[in-house]
Formats: sequence, C-alpha cells, structure tokens
Amino acid sequence: MKPTLKKIYDWVNERVELDNLIEFMGKKYVPVHRHSVWYYFGGVSLFLFIIQVVTGILLLMYYKGSEDLAFESIQFLMSKVQFGWLIRSIHSWAANLFILTAMIHMFSVFFEKSYRKPREITWLTGMLMFFLAMGFGFSGYLLPWNELAFFATKVGTDIAGVLPLIGKPIMIFLRGGEEVTGATLSRFFGFHVAVFPGIFTVLLGVHLLLVQRQGMSEPMSFENTPAGERKTMPFFPNFLLRDLLLWLIVLNLLAILAVFFPWELGKKADAFAAAPAGIKPEWYFLFMFQSLKYIPGKLWIFDGEVLGILLFGVAGLLWMMVPFWDSKSARGEKNKFITYLGLFVVFYIIIFTIIGWIS
Amino acid sequence: MTENHELQPQQTKRDFLRVILGGSLLAWLGTVIYPILSYLKPPAQAEAEVSSVKVGKLSAIEKDSGTLFRFGSKPVILLRSASGELRAYSATCTHLDCTVQYRKDFGLIWCACHNGKYDVNGRNVSGPPPRPLDEFKVIVQGEEVFISKKS
Ligand code: HEM
Ligand code: FES
Repeated sequence: MKPTLKKIYDWVNERVELDNLIEFMGKKYVPVHRHSVWYYFGGVSLFLFIIQVVTGILLLMYYKGSEDLAFESIQFLMSKVQFGWLIRSIHSWAANLFILTAMIHMFSVFFEKSYRKPREITWLTGMLMFFLAMGFGFSGYLLPWNELAFFATKVGTDIAGVLPLIGKPIMIFLRGGEEVTGATLSRFFGFHVAVFPGIFTVLLGVHLLLVQRQGMSEPMSFENTPAGERKTMPFFPNFLLRDLLLWLIVLNLLAILAVFFPWELGKKADAFAAAPAGIKPEWYFLFMFQSLKYIPGKLWIFDGEVLGILLFGVAGLLWMMVPFWDSKSARGEKNKFITYLGLFVVFYIIIFTIIGWIS
Repeated sequence: MTENHELQPQQTKRDFLRVILGGSLLAWLGTVIYPILSYLKPPAQAEAEVSSVKVGKLSAIEKDSGTLFRFGSKPVILLRSASGELRAYSATCTHLDCTVQYRKDFGLIWCACHNGKYDVNGRNVSGPPPRPLDEFKVIVQGEEVFISKKS
C-alpha cells in the first residue's frame, strides 16, 4: 500500500477495527467441485440488482409518475436526454436478466439442497427476495404507461380479483380504485421505487450476512470425501476476483443487449381504445398464465381460474417451505424425491413458457 | 399448600398486569394500524352517475362497423350491422377486463387479450369469456344517437 493510503487505512482502522472485518470476510471458503459454476449466479444477481438501483435512480431524475406525464416523460427521456435511451434500455434488460439469474441461483440452491439446516433463513430470505423481484418487474412494467403495460396490468390485477373473499379488496388496494387509472400508476410507482427497494435491501443484508457467517454450504458428496480431499478456494480474494471478472462479462453482455435491442416504448395507454393484439405478461409470469388457459372454466362447482391461482399459491408456499418438510436432507441423507421434484418444476416452467411464447 | 397460598396474590397481580399490558399493546397497535389501513383504502369518487351519452349523428356511423365510446368511466361499443341496425354493449371483456373491438372480417366482437369472441348479440361464443357482454340501450331521436343504461 502507498504510504498515504496506508495512513488513511490506519486512521480508520484505529477507530473502527477494519482488520476484524477483513478477517471476517477472508474466513470464507468456496467448495470446489463439479457443480461449482452455479455458485456464481448469486453474485451475478447481486450485481444486476446494484445496476437496477443505479439506473433506477438515474431514471428518477426525469421520470414523472402521473397518468398525464409518465409516457411523455419517457418519450422525452428517450429522444432528448443524452443516453436516456441507453439508461432505460439497460434498466429494462437488466430487470429481465436479474430475474433469470436469480431463478438459476434459486434452482442451484434447491438441487444442492443447500437450504438444509442450518441455512433455512438464508433460503427464506432468498425466496422473499425472488417474489419481490417479480413485484419489481410487475410494477415497473406499468410505469411507462403504454398500451401493452396498461392492459397487462388490467389483466394481472383482475386475476388477483377473482379470488374469493380477499380477491376484491386486494385488487382495489393494488389499483387504488375499481379500475386501472392514474391512481394505480401512483401506487405502483411508490411500490417500485420506495417500498420494494427498502424491504429488498433489508432482506439482502440478512441474506449476505448469513452467507458470510455460516460460510458456503458444502455439497452432500463432501460428507463421504476425506477431509484432506475436499477442495476449496478462499472467497477473498480468489473467488471474489473471479466474481468480478464475471461481472465484467455480464456488464458487456448487458451493454450489447441494451444497444442492439433497445427497449421499445410503444403507444400511450388509452382507457377507451380496444386492447391491441399481443398482450402477454412478462416471460417470468408466462408459465402460470399459460397453465390457467388449460384449466376448464368450471371444475365441478369450482371456478377453474380460482382453482388454478390457489394451486400456484400453494405450490409456491410449499416450495418456499422446503427446508421444513425435507427432513431427509436435513439429516444428511440423499433425497431423490426433491431432485425429481426440482427437475419436474424446471421442465414445467420451460415448456409452458415456450408454449406461451409461441402461441 | 401454604406456599401456594402465598403465591396466589402475586399470581393474580401478575396476570392482571399482563392483561393490562397486553391489552394496551393491542389497543396501541390498533390505533396505529387502523388509520393506515383506512388511508390505503381509496375513497369512493363522487362520480357523476351517467345514465345516457350522446354519441353523434346517425349518418356518421358506418354500416358494418363497431365504435368505442366513453360512457362515464367505462368504454361502450356501438355496433351497426350491414342492414343498419344499432346495438350497444359494454366493451369491457367479461374475462379479465380488457377492452373488446369489432372485427369486420369475423363479423364478431373480439377480445385481443385471450382471443375471446362474442357474437353481434353480445353472447360469448368462444374463448375464455364466461358471460355475455352487458347490453346498453340505443335510442335514435331524429338524427342523433344516444346510448343509455338498460333499466
Ligand atoms: C431501487 C431500485 C429501482 C428504482 C429506483 C427504479 C426506478 C424505475 C423507474 C423510475 C422506472 C420508470 C422508467 C421506465 O419505465 O423506463 C422503472 C422502470 C422499470 N423497472 Fe425499475 N427501479 C428499481 C429497481 C428495479 C428492479 C430491481 C427491477 C427488477 C425486476 C426493476 C424493473 C423495472 C422494469 C421492468 C421497468 C419498466 C421498464 C420500461 O418498460 O420502461 N426495477 N424503474
Ligand atoms: S380479457 Fe378478454 S379474453 Fe381475456
């Protein structure tokens, strides 16, 4: 270290004990094995979230969250503001990549059964962040106030409304009234830039603190490997440097996508125009949306749609609670059922997303 | 026994305090949460109750067409058949709330969101819509066309 830097470091260290912190970070080891690549997806998700915060705040400098001004403010941003189109395009692309990498991260944790004791809380905070990410996507999608977003929001909130008893109040709470109007935009704007980021940051803090404190979970196969043969790599600096290299690659990929496939704005929403063809939810909602289409309208005395929504709700809850019912993995035994279940879910999501996409 | 006797007044005192404290905590939570919940509930807008809307001159409405009109805060579709007959329906799809349109090529009312179809009588004929579209009354007075709620 340069002498001046060293001086500054010492000055701070004397007061807040940086040495301890660095030791705390350096204590972590990353297991090295066949499936090590998957460890990188958590870090990439973190990186993409940081990008969302930065570009989101930049968008806020010009965005106006009202029925009369939202669309126009984005139009202005894209045509007059220098690099405005780029910032918006990055925010939109990174949102999608973020959900994709978070999904991959979640499945890798699931297949490794890393959620088993003592890491249940890490899994829970992760799942909550994943749901929040979907909330970010759903609320952000409406903000430009264009035709597609307007009708997608109408349909999305109406689906919540078909649930018995609680459905209607939820729908009214989300819409800020009976219909999707400027009131809905105000609410979604508030969720998107204040409520969700606040909650997300707390969850992320707990998630990262736990990963740091408990260290990385070792794969189950390590239990049969003699201690000497378990390969690991120090998190700091070895793994972190690889992480950073990957972040750089992701940033380049993001730049390519944002520049060569700039995000469209479309037409301004008009509550008194017919819905245009091609209304689809964002791809990460597509598999649920597509499934609902295959459920008959009436199943015995139940409404098919209600049944479908409840089914997905229960499935999501069971998925989130897996550390508490997968007692086999908790005991360190192999649980084939979980692996098959995970594979089933992965294939289900992929197949239904593709069908939804091409139909 | 004697011990128990000694404890009794203590115990009831403790229970009493617990009830008082717990009760005040609940009451306190209530006074915080109730206003917040009420705040989040959107107030009922005093919307002028629309009962009829003038949509224009009869000669301006093409034959074999469907046009969207604003009826209060909701869209209404006015159909004119090839023979000149007028009909009006709520344009809000009974499936999930999208706005429908008239498709000349099908001779049907069509919802783009999930390919729902209604015939020119507003009856749901294919796709996911569970119910027919609500019908409105069309009144022609001389040259002027009005749409009004069915009573
Ligand atoms: C603190 C963090 C964030 C802030 C301050 C923020 C802010 C904004 C603003 C102002 C807009 C409107 C501009 C526009 O529509 O182009 C927007 C749009 C959007 N945001 Fe965020 N955002 C944040 C995080 C996120 C995250 C984590 C996601 C991840 C899913 C996300 C997804 C979206 C999407 C999909 C849009 C719509 C893009 C479009 O079509 O234009 N945002 N955000
Ligand atoms: S909203 Fe009209 S068919 Fe679904």
